Amino acid sequence: MARFAVGDRVRVHKQFPPTPPSHIRTPYYVRGHAGVVERICGAFRNPEELAFGRDGAPEIPLYRVRFRQKDLWSDYEGHEDDKIDIEIFEFWLDQAEGSEGETA
Amino acid sequence: MSTGHDDQGHDHGHHHHHDHDHDHLHPYDPEHHHPHRADQDDSMTYYRLMEEAVRELMIDKGLVTADDIRAEIEAMDARSPANGALVVARAWTDPEFKKRLIASPKEAIAEVGHDIGPMKLIVLENTPEVHNVVVCTLCSCYPRWILGIPPDWYKSRSYRSRVVREPRAVLREFGTEIADNREVRVHDSTADMRYFVLPMRPAGTDGMSEEALAALVHRDSMIGVTEVTV
Repeated sequence: MARFAVGDRVRVHKQFPPTPPSHIRTPYYVRGHAGVVERICGAFRNPEELAFGRDGAPEIPLYRVRFRQKDLWSDYEGHEDDKIDIEIFEFWLDQAEGSEGETA
Repeated sequence: MSTGHDDQGHDHGHHHHHDHDHDHLHPYDPEHHHPHRADQDDSMTYYRLMEEAVRELMIDKGLVTADDIRAEIEAMDARSPANGALVVARAWTDPEFKKRLIASPKEAIAEVGHDIGPMKLIVLENTPEVHNVVVCTLCSCYPRWILGIPPDWYKSRSYRSRVVREPRAVLREFGTEIADNREVRVHDSTADMRYFVLPMRPAGTDGMSEEALAALVHRDSMIGVTEVTV
């Protein structure tokens, strides 16, 4: 059961992963930033476990989260509305404050 | 060196007669070895060894045959951007197909005769308002089941790091200028989904056949670094 719905504003955890070795699929450039859930992709085995030969169960909801480029890069040169859509697993996300900004 | 073939005095298939002129500029040196481009299959790296061991075990245990593996490699190599181009041309000429393509890509692509296998595909439609471009910043995820092998630049650190940071500058380097008032939307393929850009149909193509349209559609336009032109 997915915790977030399309249009929800979410924030990506900022912390660096725990003790190495670790394998994560959440790039540094979105960590700590807020975006909007664009779609729910389904549930998939956890790559952070699969990377170490474990079974990756249980499956975890995967979202596509849409960020405004201007929010990610303070010096972004380009259109105000330019975006990045990126896949993020649920355990990296928290509900974000407010609902300002656009909806997906 | 890891194979030791030089140590065994392998002579590259010809002899060194240095008392006459041929295309060697060096003086006689019995220790001399020709400069030559290294073979790409002459070092048994850790992963190559592991692949070979696992493959042999699977064949020994009867899970797959050598021919199964060969046939799969052949099928992988046979996939090409032409498959994707056909899908684009069909979407341009058949609005109902386009709707199905966006709603359920696997089923729609099967209609044009291509199986995208286990791939979870998202089709990104370019519009006058939005231009889409695809990257995998973490590695090189690519919709191989519909476009075949990715180009080398797609896997380069430069493309992967820059297209999320300054997409318009990167697109410009590909010769693609996106209007200031048109949104550029970058899609970072970080997990289980793969992305396929449905480019805009260029003006001046009214009445063209599906086949002729497909011939206009090139690989890079389905990654989103270019647009289709006539």
